[in-house]
Amino acid sequence: MNNPPHLFTRSTEAFFYNLKPLPLQQMLDYDFICRKAKPSLAGIIHPGRKGFHKAFFGSKEIILPIYSTLQDATTKHPVADVLINFASFRSAYSSSKEALESPTINTVVIVAEGLPERQAKELIALARQKNKWIIGPATVGGIIAGQFRIGHAGGLMENILKAKLYRPGSVGLVSKSGGMMNELFNIIARTTDGINEGIAIGGDAYPGSTLLDHLRRYEANPDIKLLVALSELGGKDEYEIIKAKREGKLTKPLVILVSGTSASIFPWEVQFGHAGAKAGKEEESAEAKNKALREAGIIVPDSFEELEKTIKKTFLSLNLPAKEEINPPGMPLDYNEAVAQGLVRKQTQFTTTISSDIGEEPTYGTIPMSEIIEQNYSVGEVIALLWFKKKLPTYFTKFLELSILLCADHGPAVSGAHNAIVAARAGKDVISALCSGLLTIGPRFGGAIDDAARYFHEAGDKKQDPTNFVEEMKKKGLLIPGIGHRIKSKRNPDKRVELLKQFSQKNFPKTTYLNYALEVEKITLQKAENLILNVDGCIGVLFVDALVSSGKFANEEIKEILEIGYMNGLFALARSIGLIGHILDQKRLNEPLYRQPMEDILYQL
Amino acid sequence: MGRRKIREFDAKRIIADNILQYGKVNLINNAVLIGPETSLENLPQHYPWLSRTKLVVKPDQLFGKRKKLGLVLLEAGWEEAVRWLKEYHNKEVTIGTVTDRLTHFLIEPYISHQEEYYLAITSERDHDIIHFSLQGGMDIEEQWDKVQKIAVPTLQEEVDLDNRIPEQLQPFVKAIFQLYRDLDFTYLEFNPFTLDQQGQVILLDTVAEVDDCAQFRNGKRWGDLPFPPPFGRKSFPEEDYIAKLDEESGASLKLTVLNPQGRIWNILSGGGASIIYLDAIANHGQAGSIANYGEYSGNPTTEESYQYAKTVLDAMTRSPSIPGGKILFIAGAIANFTDVEKTFTGVVRALREYQEKLRAGKVSIFVRRGGPNWEKGLELMKRTGLELRIPMEVSGPEMPMTMMVPKAMEKVR
Repeated sequence: MNNPPHLFTRSTEAFFYNLKPLPLQQMLDYDFICRKAKPSLAGIIHPGRKGFHKAFFGSKEIILPIYSTLQDATTKHPVADVLINFASFRSAYSSSKEALESPTINTVVIVAEGLPERQAKELIALARQKNKWIIGPATVGGIIAGQFRIGHAGGLMENILKAKLYRPGSVGLVSKSGGMMNELFNIIARTTDGINEGIAIGGDAYPGSTLLDHLRRYEANPDIKLLVALSELGGKDEYEIIKAKREGKLTKPLVILVSGTSASIFPWEVQFGHAGAKAGKEEESAEAKNKALREAGIIVPDSFEELEKTIKKTFLSLNLPAKEEINPPGMPLDYNEAVAQGLVRKQTQFTTTISSDIGEEPTYGTIPMSEIIEQNYSVGEVIALLWFKKKLPTYFTKFLELSILLCADHGPAVSGAHNAIVAARAGKDVISALCSGLLTIGPRFGGAIDDAARYFHEAGDKKQDPTNFVEEMKKKGLLIPGIGHRIKSKRNPDKRVELLKQFSQKNFPKTTYLNYALEVEKITLQKAENLILNVDGCIGVLFVDALVSSGKFANEEIKEILEIGYMNGLFALARSIGLIGHILDQKRLNEPLYRQPMEDILYQL
Repeated sequence: MGRRKIREFDAKRIIADNILQYGKVNLINNAVLIGPETSLENLPQHYPWLSRTKLVVKPDQLFGKRKKLGLVLLEAGWEEAVRWLKEYHNKEVTIGTVTDRLTHFLIEPYISHQEEYYLAITSERDHDIIHFSLQGGMDIEEQWDKVQKIAVPTLQEEVDLDNRIPEQLQPFVKAIFQLYRDLDFTYLEFNPFTLDQQGQVILLDTVAEVDDCAQFRNGKRWGDLPFPPPFGRKSFPEEDYIAKLDEESGASLKLTVLNPQGRIWNILSGGGASIIYLDAIANHGQAGSIANYGEYSGNPTTEESYQYAKTVLDAMTRSPSIPGGKILFIAGAIANFTDVEKTFTGVVRALREYQEKLRAGKVSIFVRRGGPNWEKGLELMKRTGLELRIPMEVSGPEMPMTMMVPKAMEKVR
């Protein structure tokens, strides 16, 4: 492995593999507080994606290009020599291998935890062959103070500011544990002039670069005066450090602690959280390694509690001139964070009062989805929650369902079905064909229910004499909505209407408006056989009866319900069932484009 | 997790099932595993050779030196084997400093043989090492200078054995070496193996470790592969539950029950910090009181944190109470990206659920944590402690990580 003191500088450009907005943004935020002119990320590599990702550089929004392959990215950005690999443990091997084989990439950081040892060994061998560096696997990354941040290392901005990681100090830190990095950053900030570089190598058995690899870089870096390392039981890397120390390759004061002394109290082997943290042999135990390090003249504190004092003492003995302090720029607060802290407020653009998707599970009204399923809600009861915003009596929801059943279809010839069929045969998709059919619903098709409900509600409320009502409509030149049928008549009654009447008379508390409509029917029947209360009219008046007799709605509410088109909604909902049926039917039949026969058209120019 | 020891039975099974892909090797494996549920009466029906050949019987519980311990039955008939198995089943055995019961045995045909070869493959950072000796057997350690060591660099595919291994054994060694690499073994030892009169390879004794991180790519070829706990350490259902949770989660969730009668229980965060906490407790002379090791990290969800904490609390409150009460550490370093509020919300849910048992067991809780949303997380913890009337000390990143340990240890003394 080559041994440059610096793997990362202020001008390092890196690729980020696998789009992870948070760590990516954290890297850019770090660039900003270090007052860098340019962000450290050249682009993002995300298999299967292309385009751009929006992120912030300070308070300015920038776009980072997304490439679907590493090759595209390296061709476009030959200067970028680092890959921050956030691929999962399943795919980290192949993407890292590709990066090591790519001529412009010099350093690969592997974040994934759980990479098989064999794959790690192969990557290590490849890196050696190509004279390149690997940090990780299972690393949280690292910080090169004032220059570059890898991923999550350093944690929150608050930590970074507190530990003054935005400007270089004199301490080079390397740790197996990434989770301990912030703890160590804080300890070093309290006891020294600060971190110069801190790298977590990861807790695997075979890290891509070892503690010693980084200590040797720090040794070669003239700005670093004190070396600190946190190691763990397992592995034999410490003996390499001892060898380097003995050979005079590590001359700067070095403080190391190997954790895991507690392992020896257990009669059997304990596998700690990191894959490499298991002492197979005595020489790999924390005690043995601490002892050997101490014997080699390396500074080893007695415990983690002693580490802080030891670092402080060692640093003070160096008698370094004080570092000049700099002020980092203020970091803009993220909008979401500001909201969470109650620092800002903003008017909303939308209001909803019927359902929510912000909690643990979606709700209809305030009722969670699981309750809807567990309590066996019917379609009518769901409509009650979403349309009427309350639970409604069973006769009401049953009536809604009955109406849906009755209005679901009326054959292929009616305008809605016809339109849907024509659109389907023109090769349009289900949704387009459905819309084409639904768009015919209105005053002349399917609209009678709504109108019947309105007129009979008004007349019934006024207790207008039925004869009077019929006369008034005639004077206005209006047909009475809901009255009249093409074929059915008094002697040949519509069975659907009969069933609806029976249902309502049996189940509704009152059928005042139906009774009124039947009075009106008596009068219209005197004029013609077929002027009966039809199914639309019957549904319309019964809807009014349901609303009024439920006692759940004020008169104003009822007026509003009738005004804004609930019944049109119900009809559209019901008829969608039939329309979709026709569309699917046409598609199954593979019917060709429909053209109106010319003989069906009167051409009169 | 990493390197896991596997049973001799499983090692032989995996090798026998896969070796032919790596060369024309004639390998015989007739090993049968006898566990606590195996019915001995019906066994000869399934394996007729059991009543026809002489047999070898030995425990299969991840410990070695069985012959020296007098735990191997050689050249026995079926009836003798059954008597032996009945005598040794559930027998308490002490190996070094650990004592445990024998529960699993391996039974194989006895092979009379002349030669005892030694073969082991180990893994180092830059290469794998093939260890070979013509004089294998119980005293291999004393003969260690006669063992050939052939280092094969990681990326070298062809193995050059020269004349360091007898010609007739080379195809087997080469095949086993490729299998070792391909199937993510991290340790493999045959001491000894031999050839029978037909030149078939017989593995007389096998020790193996695999890398369980490779489950995703070799799980199928491994087949049903259990990872039993080391001899002397009981397996607890809590551990299995957390291992399963870990497998399904993107975060890391680990739990090892060390001593269910222990006084000090831990819900720790971070692979590195969790070791340092255990060290600190041990440094205060309380190693023997540690009940469990474990850690959660990598930003688990609220639900996962709840399940994890609940599992620890359940084991803690089920174990017999201790005069003066138990200690619970809920602690970790300053997290990089694990959300303290989110994970503590899960832990608090578990504390609420077990509040009565925690009060009854006089549990004192010591909390220390930093990281994203730590103020809210710690505030939530404090409130919960007061509300549930459970003694609790809560500290944040301003307090050095292990400072609370001596405080807590005062309670223990």
